Amino acid sequence: MKRSRITECNDWFLERFPLTKLWNDHMAHYYAPKNFNFWYFFGSLALLVLVNQILTGIFLTMNYKPDAKLAFDSVEYIMRDVNWGWLIRYMHSTGSSAFFIVVYLHMFRGLLYGSFKHPRELIWIFGMLLFVALMAEAFMGYLLPWGQMSYWGAQVIISLFSAIPVIGDDLSLWLRGDYVVSDATLNRFFAFHVIAVPLALVMLVFLHIVALHEVGSNNPDGIEIKESKDPWGHPVDGIPFHPYYTVKDLVGVGVFLLFFATVIFYMPEMGGYFLEHANFIPADPMKTPEHIAPVWYFTPFYAILRAIPDKFAGVIGMGGAIVVLFLLPWLDRSPVKSIRYRGGIYKKALCLFVISFLALGYLGTQPATPVATGFARLFTTIYFGFFLLMPLYTRWEKTKPVPRRLTPVHSLEEQLPALIEEITVLKPASTEIGHTAFKGSSFSRQPNPEGIKNVISRLAKKAIGSLD
Amino acid sequence: MKNLIALFLLLLVSFGVAASEGIELQEANIDLSNNASLQRGAKHFVTYCLGCHSIKHIRYLRIALDTDVDQKKMLKDIAPEGASIYDQLHSAMNKHDAEKWFGTQPPDLSLIARSRGADWLYSYLKSYYIDPKSPRGVNNLVFKDTAMPNPLWQLQGEQHAEHKKNIWGDEYTNLVLKDPGTLSAGEFDIFVNDLVNFLVYVGEPVQLERQRIGKYVIFFILMFLVLAYLLKKEYWKNIH
Repeated sequence: MKRSRITECNDWFLERFPLTKLWNDHMAHYYAPKNFNFWYFFGSLALLVLVNQILTGIFLTMNYKPDAKLAFDSVEYIMRDVNWGWLIRYMHSTGSSAFFIVVYLHMFRGLLYGSFKHPRELIWIFGMLLFVALMAEAFMGYLLPWGQMSYWGAQVIISLFSAIPVIGDDLSLWLRGDYVVSDATLNRFFAFHVIAVPLALVMLVFLHIVALHEVGSNNPDGIEIKESKDPWGHPVDGIPFHPYYTVKDLVGVGVFLLFFATVIFYMPEMGGYFLEHANFIPADPMKTPEHIAPVWYFTPFYAILRAIPDKFAGVIGMGGAIVVLFLLPWLDRSPVKSIRYRGGIYKKALCLFVISFLALGYLGTQPATPVATGFARLFTTIYFGFFLLMPLYTRWEKTKPVPRRLTPVHSLEEQLPALIEEITVLKPASTEIGHTAFKGSSFSRQPNPEGIKNVISRLAKKAIGSLD
Repeated sequence: MKNLIALFLLLLVSFGVAASEGIELQEANIDLSNNASLQRGAKHFVTYCLGCHSIKHIRYLRIALDTDVDQKKMLKDIAPEGASIYDQLHSAMNKHDAEKWFGTQPPDLSLIARSRGADWLYSYLKSYYIDPKSPRGVNNLVFKDTAMPNPLWQLQGEQHAEHKKNIWGDEYTNLVLKDPGTLSAGEFDIFVNDLVNFLVYVGEPVQLERQRIGKYVIFFILMFLVLAYLLKKEYWKNIH
């Protein structure tokens, strides 16, 4: 049979480029554990948000002017006169907050299931570099609308560098390109925000994924699925990423987009957290706002900075809060990965850590009163205590035996019928006139107070018991 | 440990409350679908505010289209004499004069409703009172020592401040209308509300459009979600 031209072109291409091999290595024959839960959506969602930021960012640069005289007005021009400009701008501004929500949840997943532990230390390091690059990207992007908060936020953060002994003043001058944040700063931040940092982000994402696919994904049980293989060399507890996780991630994408669209179309300012009210006032170097607060995703670190009395020590503390995350794979001495098999101390410590992180985030948005600073100090201590005491408590605590194979997953759909059976009771249908239409069914389900009480107390007991 | 968590949460809540002190604002009734109110607001703005304040981020044409006014009617009834339908709402006041007269340049009000909020604007415009010590003879309860004289005094009349103490001994200030203006109190409230409604519209003219489109987008995503879920279920039926 004569081969068609299309097949010939196809072969010509495949002889010169390993497309099939790449696809198989990373999608169709990449085996992932079959028990991924809710927490495993956030990696692919982070990728989705990155694509959203890059695409909307390209369209924004078409009308944005990186010039101190024009920047603020050009953003309003995009919001009002550019066709669909408001949508693109809101997608970008909401996207930046969504990026941090997704990434924080993705990192928390790592803490839950020990995804940073051997042999995935390098994945964690690349991930942390991504986090740092993301913070730089967000910080520099926030200057671009050239509102009051953009301006004074940048002023405060860059001035932190001047706290470094000897080189501090020259360093902050070099970063700003001027004695105060000015047009020069805006221009260079624009360059970094649209070219330098996105390039670094894309390269780091590539490295993060290549490193992940080399050692394979962790899972909620924290077991290496590669240790039990079938006769064909595939992990027995693994399933090909494509199509199983591509279709599953589509569901995650749908749920994410539902939230994302709700914010974009109905609450783009998110009560002043995603778009701060003071940033609708053009930057004015002569007028310092009475209360300068960074955007919500930086506030935990900002609270740590303010909690430490000495400025330079504060800068060290803020930097240390991020550096300590890099060291996580070596601070954790527990023999098990997943929180499911760890002892009670780690669970309680993680609980305290989450509380103190959220509390620091809240305190960072508030003015620094003496009471607030006192609390910020307490939570800062807990934040660092979680990491620095980790080598001790993870070694002491008694862990539970880890199974050799993945534990079975019970999906909500499987549990639902039994649950409904328990919390409702079958009763003969009432003979009221309103119900005569349903003559066929003489029984109806009604809530069962006893059953509901049982379920709630069982869940409460389970929640309390799971802390030990 | 559970007690500790409860204590933290309690304390967080308590200084959350303490942080939100200040003057209680009056609530503006914002309805961007009320074209009549927006048209009146635009007219009030041009009459009472445009002398000093610009709204450079909007054109008369956009207001005419969005509030459903005929362009000719817009120019005749709302826009100042000689304005073109394509003009932005620029104030004719000279920058240097403004600084000389008020000590500061009156800000552009395109985004004032987004930075201050509707309730703040509504309360601010209603909270002027006679203050002989102030250089302009008036002061404001919401924005102390504001540089802006009360542009609406003829309409509202003159308010006086009365300092009182409540049963806990905390001092508070009451504004009492001593010398009524050309509008009754109810009419004045509607007047200010229309003006604020217009400023909220100007802050983000696309607001109604965005909420209208949002319904379709969310419906589409829900459809997508159902399909994605069914697809996932089909693929995963043999995975145990």
